[in-house]
Amino acid sequence: MKAFDPVLAPYIVALPLIGALGLLLLGRRLRAVAGLVASATVGVGFVLGVIVLVQMLGVTEKGGHGREAVVRVWEWISAGSFSVNVDLLVDPLSMVMVLVVTGVGTLIHVYSIGYMHDDPRYSRFFGYMNLFVASMLLLVLADNLLLLYVGWEGVGLCSYLLIGFWFERRAAAGAAKKAFIVNRVGDFSFLIGIFVLSVTVSSLTVSSINEAAGGMTAGIATTAALLLFGGATGKSAQIPLYVWLPDAMEGPTPVSALIHAATMVTAGVYMVARFSPVFEASGGLALGVVAWIGALTALWAALMAAAEYDIKRVLAYSTISQLGYMFLALGVRAYSIAIFHLVTHAFFKALMFLGAGSIMHSLDGEVDMRNMSGLRKVMPITAFTFMTGWLAISGIIPFSGFFSKDAILASAWHQGRYALWAIGAGTALLTAFYMSRLYFRIFEGDLKVPEGVHVHESPPSMVGALIPLGVLSVVGGVINLPGLLTLDHFLEPVVGESEVPSGFTPWILGAIALLAGIAGIAFARTLYLLPGGATRRAALCERFKTPVDAARNKFWVDEIYGRGIVLPGKAFASFCANVIDARLVDGAVNGGGRVVAGAGWLFRRAQSGYVRSYALTFLFGVVVIFSLLVFRVAL
Amino acid sequence: MTELPWLDVVIFAPLAVALALGFVPKGRVETLRTAALGGALFVFALSIGMLVSFDAGEAGFQLGTSLSWIPEWGIGYVVGVDGVSLWMIMLTAFLTPLSVLASWSIVERVKPFFIFMLVLESALIGVFAALDMFLFYLFWEASLVPMYFLIGIWGYEKRIYAAMKFFLFTLAGSLLMLAAIIFLYFSAAGEPTFDYQSLLGTPLTLGTQRLLFLAFFAAFAVKVPLVPLHTWLPDAHTEAPTAGSVMLAAVLLKLGAYGLIRFAIPLFPDAAREMTPLIMTLAIIGILYGALVALVQKDLKRLIAYSSVAHLGFVVLGIFVGSIEGMSGGILQMLNHGLSTGALFMLVGALYDRRHTRLIADFGGLAKSVPVMAGVFLLVALSSLGLPALNGFVGEFLILLGMYTRYSWWVIPAAFGIVLAAVYLLWAYQRVFHGEPATKENRGLSDLGMREIAMLAPVVALIVTIGVYPKPFLDRINPSAEQLVTRMRRCSVDGTTGASIPEACGGGAGAGNVAEAP
Repeated sequence: MKAFDPVLAPYIVALPLIGALGLLLLGRRLRAVAGLVASATVGVGFVLGVIVLVQMLGVTEKGGHGREAVVRVWEWISAGSFSVNVDLLVDPLSMVMVLVVTGVGTLIHVYSIGYMHDDPRYSRFFGYMNLFVASMLLLVLADNLLLLYVGWEGVGLCSYLLIGFWFERRAAAGAAKKAFIVNRVGDFSFLIGIFVLSVTVSSLTVSSINEAAGGMTAGIATTAALLLFGGATGKSAQIPLYVWLPDAMEGPTPVSALIHAATMVTAGVYMVARFSPVFEASGGLALGVVAWIGALTALWAALMAAAEYDIKRVLAYSTISQLGYMFLALGVRAYSIAIFHLVTHAFFKALMFLGAGSIMHSLDGEVDMRNMSGLRKVMPITAFTFMTGWLAISGIIPFSGFFSKDAILASAWHQGRYALWAIGAGTALLTAFYMSRLYFRIFEGDLKVPEGVHVHESPPSMVGALIPLGVLSVVGGVINLPGLLTLDHFLEPVVGESEVPSGFTPWILGAIALLAGIAGIAFARTLYLLPGGATRRAALCERFKTPVDAARNKFWVDEIYGRGIVLPGKAFASFCANVIDARLVDGAVNGGGRVVAGAGWLFRRAQSGYVRSYALTFLFGVVVIFSLLVFRVAL
Repeated sequence: MTELPWLDVVIFAPLAVALALGFVPKGRVETLRTAALGGALFVFALSIGMLVSFDAGEAGFQLGTSLSWIPEWGIGYVVGVDGVSLWMIMLTAFLTPLSVLASWSIVERVKPFFIFMLVLESALIGVFAALDMFLFYLFWEASLVPMYFLIGIWGYEKRIYAAMKFFLFTLAGSLLMLAAIIFLYFSAAGEPTFDYQSLLGTPLTLGTQRLLFLAFFAAFAVKVPLVPLHTWLPDAHTEAPTAGSVMLAAVLLKLGAYGLIRFAIPLFPDAAREMTPLIMTLAIIGILYGALVALVQKDLKRLIAYSSVAHLGFVVLGIFVGSIEGMSGGILQMLNHGLSTGALFMLVGALYDRRHTRLIADFGGLAKSVPVMAGVFLLVALSSLGLPALNGFVGEFLILLGMYTRYSWWVIPAAFGIVLAAVYLLWAYQRVFHGEPATKENRGLSDLGMREIAMLAPVVALIVTIGVYPKPFLDRINPSAEQLVTRMRRCSVDGTTGASIPEACGGGAGAGNVAEAP
């Protein structure tokens, strides 16, 4: 049988990279075609990805082993006993990610052609977007941890550039910086994790780390796993580092869809799945942390989403929450289920962000849900596609989100983690509630838009991207249904099979998950759709004043970080600069100088004629040497 | 085969160009500029010849010349390059023409300015090439003179104070080193000599090593600079003209790190090892303290100056951790810092030429008026904060990895420096380039011109190249780094007597003997 040799893989990364370089260097000269070029590089990448996938599926060795290949691109860093290369790892897991990134990426690029049409920095936008796709592909295809880290930082950079794309706005510039710095804190942890693994394993390739994991002590494995996970909490916006993601909504909406929903923020999930043997080797502790952080983040963010009025921020909190579900899945060893939810979430969340963008495009950038309603009548395609996303995330059968979220809850139950299951199920109810609130307020009821706005459906390039994503949100769940191409089996050679309960249990669990979704929707309906909803809302807010206030203020976490870390940090820096450096260290220097000056000769001479004095001193040195030498020779 | 003595040519060619400039009438500013640029480019071309002749697999000194100069005093003209000095010389030869390009705005006393620039280049290359202690000291002191004048004559408002401070700090250290060199001369086994390679095996008691090491260390720590000997640096950087800041940050600071690598550690390995914890502590303090102080600077040049304190802390860390990864990373980081910080000073110089201010608060919203400059500035800042796929990352990663392999969790405070670097650089970037241009001066600025692009593009190209494909650089650094680390770690002190064991330091399996200069 022919060995699997995916020679096309490097081109999948190279294409958008070339696109990015071209667009960023040639800039405005390419304006007319920038959007098309950028979309084409990603689109062709998707096609290449499909070809590689077909090649991979052609390898039918038992259990799908042999569907793995490493492609050497060049030698990278080597010093002492350390060496890493630019190698790409093509296996089922990386291909799933490649297809999501290029597939959803292409749709969002096409959407952006319409959305960004009038922006003066149109070419640059697509240059950054292409650079992002290239970095993300490098991240998922990297065969070693350090190359993964290159992609990891690369996507972070693009996130910075794109959040701050409208840098004239103070808030956008601040949000970009905040995103980068908060992520750096996570990267700091990640980097030390790389050191630990590098020294323990003596190699950073995926295969050697995962093979060596079994032989690691629980202490080392736990340390390494938690340090890597620290990086994931930054990039994937989990407690305690999630604070940058809501602010990141300052970026153009396609950016939020691509980077802050479908792809980049899932990098942490991918990374944990990729190195799952290290997490396994920790003997439960690391996975427990992952599961609990995930579950708590899911709940915490859902609470804030329910109190938010800014459409994009609701979606941002929702993303944080859904990422929490993915980590919950990872933490209960359901790695393939986590990837499954990653994929369906990429569909329906990208869809909803693009839907939000469509609304903003129509309403002159309005994002406050209180200023609009009944848009279904004037924006039918946006409304209809958004509805599929809403039902998918709410976990309504047969929409995609039902299958993936149900599988996560079932896995938690199966592992006997009933508390985690309960948090997950409760959050599912909350999710359905806040998403229904969003949908009802925007699309249902009487038509209301801000004054002076001419509301209209978006142009074809935009709705053209909504429709395929809408379809995927509906049917995306099929990829894990038993059959020829079950995701779980496809990923099994990489991450093992996820265990789910058998017998009657899954049906009962599924029914509970579905009921949670329906209950959430029903509850939102009584508050936002049925007559008298406003009074019921007021009564409810009055009754639960404290928790509602807390959620509206985002539990004051930004303020706590600001006053607890940023302000003291700045004060300490000022102290270092103004007191220690200026008065103490330099004061000693100048004081010493003055003493010398007081003593007179050297310093005054030096000041009066610096040219002469220097020459004098230099000569003095030379004379000293020579006289000593002469002295020596004379002896 | 008769090949050009590349190294000697590269050392003295700038001096020859400087001499030639002396014959150009001082009024002909255009001719002077063009000639200086042409000359500096010619020297760079020669240095490429040297680079090509350099054998990447060889750890010892190459392309050397050894002439007897004053034989009765044991003074020789001995030069040679290894993987460390090679890149330092390349850096010097690379940045001099760019610094000349950055000096178009110099209109007063143009002729002496360019002459000093080229003399400086000769002296610096000489320092890196010298393998005779006397010759080294001569070049070392000689490099002070032109820099002193560049700051003192063409600098900004407080130039006299800054030049004086620079001079006194350096001199204080150098004099101690001079005394140590003379002591070493008399301690040589056999005939007294200044020959570096003969002195390497000098048997010294631990007590003597300590004193001599400290004397050398004083000279080098000032130059690096290590906290708390750093306060000359912000003043000198800030007051120097652009070209002066570039050469100062990119090359002169490397003299300190280079001196540690070449002299302080190999000559006194036992003392060096003994002091390692102290020096590493100072380096880590430098990384964190430099970053914190940089954070609250109001003047862009001062901010970059303090960032140098932090970056050089990484370099010193790499040199002293005693692992090959760390040493290679440290050496590469010397080159990287030269490129990134050099480019930052060029950019701040370009800003000053336009706005006649360096205060961060005077800027704002420049990304709108000068988009190309904003883009280049960001890329350079990212390289400075260690973004992977750019040069700074490769060096810092190897340094921290090397540190982790030997000192495990001590790496944490050092690695935290990369978080702070992101904070001070991106915050400054935001205040200068983001937002709406608040004042009318910031609105109508012209973007980078052809001359400025010609000056920045080569640096940017190298920044990316080293980040993406550092192999050609590391291939030439690694053998020398390995040899240096072996030498540093092998020597051992007899615990009972405190005397070093010369056999272990100098001889043994030939590993301690560097290749003789041909």
